[in-house]
This record gives sequence, structure tokens and C-alpha cells, in this order.
Amino acid sequence: MPLEPFDQQPVPPDSAMPDSGPPLEEKKRTPRQITRARRRRSISRFWRQYRENRLGMVGLVVLAFFILIAIFAPVFAPKSATTETAAAANDQPILVPPGYHCSQILTTDPETGLVTRVEDCTTSPKVFYPLGTDGSGRSVSTLIVWGARISLIVGLVATVMTMLIGAGIGIAAGFYGGRVDSVLSRLTDWFLVIPWIALAIVLASVLGQSLFNIILVIAVTSWAVTARLVRAQALTVVTRPYVERARALGASNWHTITRHVLPNLFPIIFANTILTVALSILAEATLSFLGLGDPLSVSWGTILEQAQGAGATTGGQWWWVMPPGLAITTVVLAFTMCGFAVEEISNPRLRRR
Amino acid sequence: MGSRRYLLKKILQAFFTMWFVLTMNFFLFRILPSDPVANMTKAQKLTRAESAALRIEFGLDKPMLQQYLIYITHPFNWGLSFQSSRPVADVIGERVWPTLLLVGISTILSTIFGVLIGISSAWRRGSRLDVNWLVSTMTFYSMPDFWFGMMLLLAFAATLHWFPISGYMGDPTATGWGHIVDVARHLVLPVTTLTIGYLGEYSLIMRSSLIDVMNEDFVGVARAKGLPDRLVRRRHAVPNALLPIVTMVILYFGYVLGGAVGVETVFSYPGLGKLTYEAIDQQDFPVMQAMFLLFSAAVIIANLIADITYGYLDPRVREA
Amino acid sequence: MSILEIRDLHIAYSTQAGPVPAVRGVDLDIAHGEVVGLAGESGCGKSTIAGAILRLLPKETEITGRISLEGENILDMSWGQLRSVRWSEASIIFQGALHGLNPVQRVGDQIAEAILIHDPKKNEKAASSRANELIEQVKLPARRANDYPHELSGGQKQRIMIAMALACDPKIVIADEPTTALDVMVQAQVLNLLKDLQRDLGLSLIFITHDLSVLVDVCDKIAVMYAGRIVEEGPAEAVFETPRHPYTKALGAAFPEIGDLTYRMSPTGLGGDPPDPMLIPSGCSFHPRCPSAFADCSGSEPTLYPAGDNRRSACLLVDQENRKATT
Repeated sequence: MPLEPFDQQPVPPDSAMPDSGPPLEEKKRTPRQITRARRRRSISRFWRQYRENRLGMVGLVVLAFFILIAIFAPVFAPKSATTETAAAANDQPILVPPGYHCSQILTTDPETGLVTRVEDCTTSPKVFYPLGTDGSGRSVSTLIVWGARISLIVGLVATVMTMLIGAGIGIAAGFYGGRVDSVLSRLTDWFLVIPWIALAIVLASVLGQSLFNIILVIAVTSWAVTARLVRAQALTVVTRPYVERARALGASNWHTITRHVLPNLFPIIFANTILTVALSILAEATLSFLGLGDPLSVSWGTILEQAQGAGATTGGQWWWVMPPGLAITTVVLAFTMCGFAVEEISNPRLRRR
Repeated sequence: MGSRRYLLKKILQAFFTMWFVLTMNFFLFRILPSDPVANMTKAQKLTRAESAALRIEFGLDKPMLQQYLIYITHPFNWGLSFQSSRPVADVIGERVWPTLLLVGISTILSTIFGVLIGISSAWRRGSRLDVNWLVSTMTFYSMPDFWFGMMLLLAFAATLHWFPISGYMGDPTATGWGHIVDVARHLVLPVTTLTIGYLGEYSLIMRSSLIDVMNEDFVGVARAKGLPDRLVRRRHAVPNALLPIVTMVILYFGYVLGGAVGVETVFSYPGLGKLTYEAIDQQDFPVMQAMFLLFSAAVIIANLIADITYGYLDPRVREA
Repeated sequence: MSILEIRDLHIAYSTQAGPVPAVRGVDLDIAHGEVVGLAGESGCGKSTIAGAILRLLPKETEITGRISLEGENILDMSWGQLRSVRWSEASIIFQGALHGLNPVQRVGDQIAEAILIHDPKKNEKAASSRANELIEQVKLPARRANDYPHELSGGQKQRIMIAMALACDPKIVIADEPTTALDVMVQAQVLNLLKDLQRDLGLSLIFITHDLSVLVDVCDKIAVMYAGRIVEEGPAEAVFETPRHPYTKALGAAFPEIGDLTYRMSPTGLGGDPPDPMLIPSGCSFHPRCPSAFADCSGSEPTLYPAGDNRRSACLLVDQENRKATT
């Protein structure tokens, strides 16, 4: 979508275009208005093409579903319900398979000292646990719903950071070239070689366990892939004639980058962003599973960490292990499908012949 | 001959990168304004004397540059593990072999099957089988590898009891064939977990690489010469299509190592991955640092091997 | 007897949007030792015919008609028969030879491979030495056999492709734009090489190109194609000097002669583009771009009318002239 505001011919009034601000003269528009109108048209054209991509639409619907769940989490259960103390206070039964359950009474046999659990449905009402309860008695479905918030937020914020660093370095390397490029490229290569998990573990341990630190760690270990991609694309854009022209006209570097280079990199950055979110969510899950996540917050990864720690896999408690992983898989798959759809639209070479 | 220069250049690059990694390792623990010893011993409670002793041991009383020089000239001095007070090198030494087995077998299997499936997918492009496989691959790619291991463990070990639920060997006294079978039984699930995760990726890469190569002119020439299709594929298409696989498998090696950490944890498999998990749990910094170095070194060496192999396979690269 | 006889050839590619006609009824004869030129713009169907002769087009392509090589219909042959005919009786020098060689195999081995495929005894040593002979035949030193394709220049690669095409002593060689991708100086060398080889070995040669002036130099007969049909056919010099079809005229005039001042001042390129194969104009497919078009041209489809000694032209003007002459 190349945008060349200084090359514009005045656009005749088009009744299909929405009004933008104060009434315009019949045949003249400012370059800014023309650019905005063009942008609007590009977006609607993109959306039309996206709608036809079946995989992309499925992904979008799934994502919308999870985002809604995350937003409306308090509707399902209060946040306090995710804490172990609340579960204990409410005397919630632990490790209950999905379905109805009542509370349990512990009875100790005076002779053998054996402790047995007996279900008591007389004094307590039947509670419906759609996904059962975990080792502390918390309802798994509540954990999943609230976990969506952390997993999605961490994924999105980490991605924003990754893209800012990665795209920033990539564009700088491609645009400035020469010395700057070789230094930045060497830096990128080094970060690419170091296995992400090794770096993540060391960083997370040093920085301490908090939500922000996890986001930082993911960004530091992920930016290099984006930087390399953006740099390669920036190199092709920077050699195009209109960039030279802008420079010859006396445009500042900042202007050239934001008005000419960036808009042309937008499709590839957009597609890469979506795919990066997918990878960030997976990264957060892995780091939380290994014990590097924020111990105070509930994310799908920390649920799995607790399950592993309590021996849920060897104990056969599938309702504790399956839902979080399924949620992660579904969300990551949805983002991946959307990312592929965007890639297909913006890169005509990939379209099926 | 360009090959010798190519080799030297690549080895030099590897050393340079390793130096960067070592330097990074050194500074990582000193980037924070607080005291590195305090950072490292957060979990332990040390007396002032013990702290002071540690400080001297780590050379923190000397100026930074001197510390760095000492560090750089003794890259294999990994110190003692906090948790067991044994030399880190020993602790690592005991756990290397199981991880080597796990990662090695997984990489070999996922590469072979990935390539084979990729070839047949490319050949049957667009068919129902191809589409189904593409969807499955995307799904496995979206799964956290450790979670897939948990599900396998749940299903096949905990519930069906087909395989042992943990460990590396059930009977330490078994020898010869019995020992091999024992270890193999313990390896099945972990290896399956690691293999399937990356098999899909490799098959996709092979598939698109082969599709690209099939459209090249020289494949048409081979056919025009009168070669039957399967020989065209085997002699001309596949060898050229394999070239990107070499780089890709090595590129993913870093991720496979990362996956091994999670998988070994899930299966309580006593390898380096599980060691890393324990080190995180116990805040055992010397072990963590050593693992960082080891993992990085493994990836750098793997990259070097990939570069050399690629140079051997593709004559164009040697000249460059 | 002709070595190659093409009768009523129709070829349509299968695409998502339906069948795309590339060749719409072509008849062509090539005699032993004859050099025939096939000229036209991109997309007129000449490369398609080249591919069809050895059945190298995609499987789903619809081909009807008859292509007889030494009396046998290629389109009816079984796969085994076809593979043995390929290269040993007819070989092809592909367009864009720059990518026609396997990058990871030595060029000598690639030529030897062609020989070995058709050698029932699989004598590797003999194949190797024959490959070296062929390389020398195309005026390259034999030690080039050990080189990889990327170590050769464009012209050298093209010579290797020619050597490879001659490996099994074919009776007819199809050269599809063999000089298009080369520098002008190298073009001349390769053309001369082809001429010499054709003369020395008595080969039949189909020379495909869009450059009419090259064909005059090399060919005995020229056939000009437009939108999947032959629009003019005849002896090379005659077709070039006195074209009997407006398209041939335009094609010939599109290449300036050095020193021709009149051309410099008024280049005579042809406006417009070749028609989209899915939307071929009615009547004479050339009429929208034809400077001599008249009313009938959009209505009636011309066939190849006689236009002189061994000449034919698919132009209604020629038909008109013929009628006037007989009345």
C-alpha cells in the first residue's frame, strides 16, 4: 500500500466516502485528507479480502470468544475464587473430576488412624464444577477463565515490546546502512544464536519473578527474529525511487521513515505481529511452567505448573491438565491462522493459484 | 580452493560468538545495581562471613576488568553447586548422557520422518491427505510441547500403564540387552513428545522447498532427457530441496533443547533439562550459569556443523 | 518424408478459471536436415508447441491432434516408449538455460547422465568420455566437465546445454529461445555454433524466437505465429524481405537496423498487446492491432491462403488478391 502524499492528484468527491470533519470544497482536498481517505479504502479492501479467507475467519471468531471470556471473567466468578485461601475457606473439595459434587468430610478411624473422605450432600448444597477442581479445591473452569486474562495480556504486551525493539532495530539497520547496519546486524545474529530458553532462565532468575519481568524476558528473547525479518524488507524498500526522491526534496530522516518506509513495511510487520503473539503466549506458558512466572497471578502456564508439581499427570487427574493446555493450543492456533491469512493477503506470491 | 577459507571463517565466527556468550554471562549477573552475591544467594541465608568468603571466591573484591579477564581465561571453572556443594561439572557430567540420548534420537527421528512426509506431501499437493497433514502440523505447532508430554503420560502411562511413568531406567542392575530394553521403554514417551513437535515443522519446510525446486528449469530438463519421474525426484529435486532443511534443523536445535527442559521435567527424566528445572527451583545460580553456557555452546557448535555440512552439499556456498 | 509432422494441433492449459487455449490448430512439417524458425511474441504458443513435441506439458493439459516423429504419433505413445524417444530422437534446449543445470552436480556428469539413460549397457566410462567429446564439440575445453554450473558464464552454460542436447545423437533438436538471455556478442557466437553443428551433423532444427532477423540467418523456412495460430509460412528470406502478413511486417520492422536513419526518426513498434487467450478477438485475431484491417476482418476467420512459392499467409488481404488474380 504505497502512500505518496506529495504526488497526489486532487480526488473528485465521492459520495461513498464518509465525511471527515468540516465541509470540503468541491474538487480540492488537502494531502492529509486524501491520505486518510486512501487509508480507509485500503483497510476496507483488506477486510473484504480477509472475510473470504475461511481459516482467518475461524481464527478471528475463536479469538473473539477468548477475549470476551477474559473481559467478562468476573461474571463467571469473582477474582478471589482463584486464590487457594478462598477455596480452603469455602471448604471446596480437592481433585474432583468434572461434574456435580458436594463437600467432603474427613473422618479419622480411631483404631487404624486411616483418614477417609466421605461426601456430604446433606449439610452442603450440590455444586457444579464443569471442569472439576484442582489440588487446592479451586474450580478449574474459574482458573481457566481468569487465566485467559494473564495469558492474553502478557502475550500482547510482550509482543508490543518485541515489535517496538525488533522493528525499530530492523528499520534502523536497513535505513541507515553502513556502520550502523553492521553493528546492529551482528547484535541481532548473536541474539539469534543464543537459545531463548537459556537466556530466559538466566534473565528471569536474576530479575526476579513478576509479570513485568516475564514480559521483559519474552521481549528480549524474541526481538531478534523480527529484527532480521524487518531489516530484510526495509532494505528492499529503502532502495526504491520515491525514498530517494523524498530525500532529494529535503525530507528529514524521521519524515522519510514514518511517511514512506514504515507504511510499506506495514503488511509484513502486521503479519509478523500476529504470529509473534502466538509465540509469546507459548513462551509465557513455558516459562510459567518452569516456575519463572509470577507466583501471585493465575495464567494457563501456572495452572500447569501447579498440576505438574502436585503430580496430576501421574495421578491421572486429566481435568486439571487438559483444559489449560487445550486453551493455550486453541488460542495459539487461532492467532497462527489469522497470521497466515494476513500473510496470504499481503503477499500475493503465497496465494493459491 | 574456497573451502578451506570458508571453513576457517566459520570456525572463527563460532569462537567469536562463544566469546560474546561468555561475556554476556559475565555481565548478566552484574547488570543490576545490587550486589551480585546477594542476587545469587537470595534463596540461601548466609552469615556475613560466608558472604565475604563467597565474594572473595568469586573475585568480586577485585576491579571489574580483572574479574573479567580471570573469568574469560577460565571458561570451564564452573564452581560448586549451591544445592549439593559438589562441583557443577560433576553434576552436569552425570546427566549428560540421558539428555544426549533423548535429544539425539528425537532429532534424528523427526528429521527423517519430517523429510519423508514432506516429500510425499509435496508430491500429493492439494490432496485430502496433504490438507489434513497441514492442519495437524499447525495444531501440533500450537501445542506447548511439555503439555503434549503431560497428555501422553496421562494417557499411556498413568491410565493405560503401557509405559513407565518416570525416570530413565527401572532396574539399575540390568545389563546388556535387558538394560537397553529398559531404557528404551522409558524413552518412548519422551522421545515421541519431542519428535512430533518438530516433525511437523520439518515436513512443512521440506514440502515447500521441494515444491519450489520442482518448478525449476533443470527438473524439466531432467524429465526431457528421459528420466522416469522417481529418478527425477531422487537425483535432481530432492538433493536440491534438502539444502534448506540442513539449516532449518540446526536453527530449531535451540528450540529442541528448550523443549527438552520441559519434557524431562514432565517425565522426571534425569537429564540436563530436569537439572535446569531443579536449579531454577532451588535458585542454584552456578548450575544455571553453567547450563546457559552449555546450551549456548551446543547451539553454536550445531550452527558450525550446519555451515560445514551445507558448504559440503552446496558448491555455490564455498566460493562466496 | 518429414521427420516431424504436426497436424491440427490444439493445446489448452487447465487453470482454475477454465481451459486456456494456447495453440489453436497448427500444422507444421519439418524435413530431414531442415532448419525451421518459429517466430512470434510471448504467449503466441511457440514454446507450448516445443513442450508438446516431447510431451513435457503439465499432465492436465488438453492436447488433441497429431505429432508424428518419424512416422509415430508421440501423443499415443506409452510412457516407456516416450522416455526412450526423448532425447535419443528429439531433444530440446530450453529457454532460460541459465537455470537448466542442476546446481549441485558437475556439468560433465549431467551430460553423461543423458547418455547413460539411453545406454542399455550403462557404461559409465564411455559416457564420460563421450561427454568430454561433446564439450569440445561446442568449442569448450574438455576440463570444463568438472565444473559446477555456477562456475560458468551464461554463454558457456548455453554451450553445455547444446552439448547435452546432442548427447544422444538426436535427429531433431528444438531450440527454444537459445540466445534470448545472452549478451549480444555471445548471442552471435552461440548462433554461429548452432549453425555449424547443424550443418556438420545434418540435424533438423526448430528454432524458436521472437527475433525475426536472427531466423533469417539460420533458417530454411520460417513460420510466424500469433495467438496460437500460424499466420504466415514460407522460405526464410522471402518471409523476411517481403512479408505477406501485416503482423510479420510489424515483427520484422520492430528491430532497427544499425545505420538506418529513417527508423531512428520514426520507430514503428506495434501498439497494443497480444490478446488474452481467454478473450481472443472474433474473426482475424490480429484485427484490433492491424494497420491494414478492414470491415471483413472482424467477421470472418482467415485460413492459410497460398501467397507465392511455397508460401502461405492467413490474411484476408491475400485472399482478396488471390480472388482478383483468378478473375
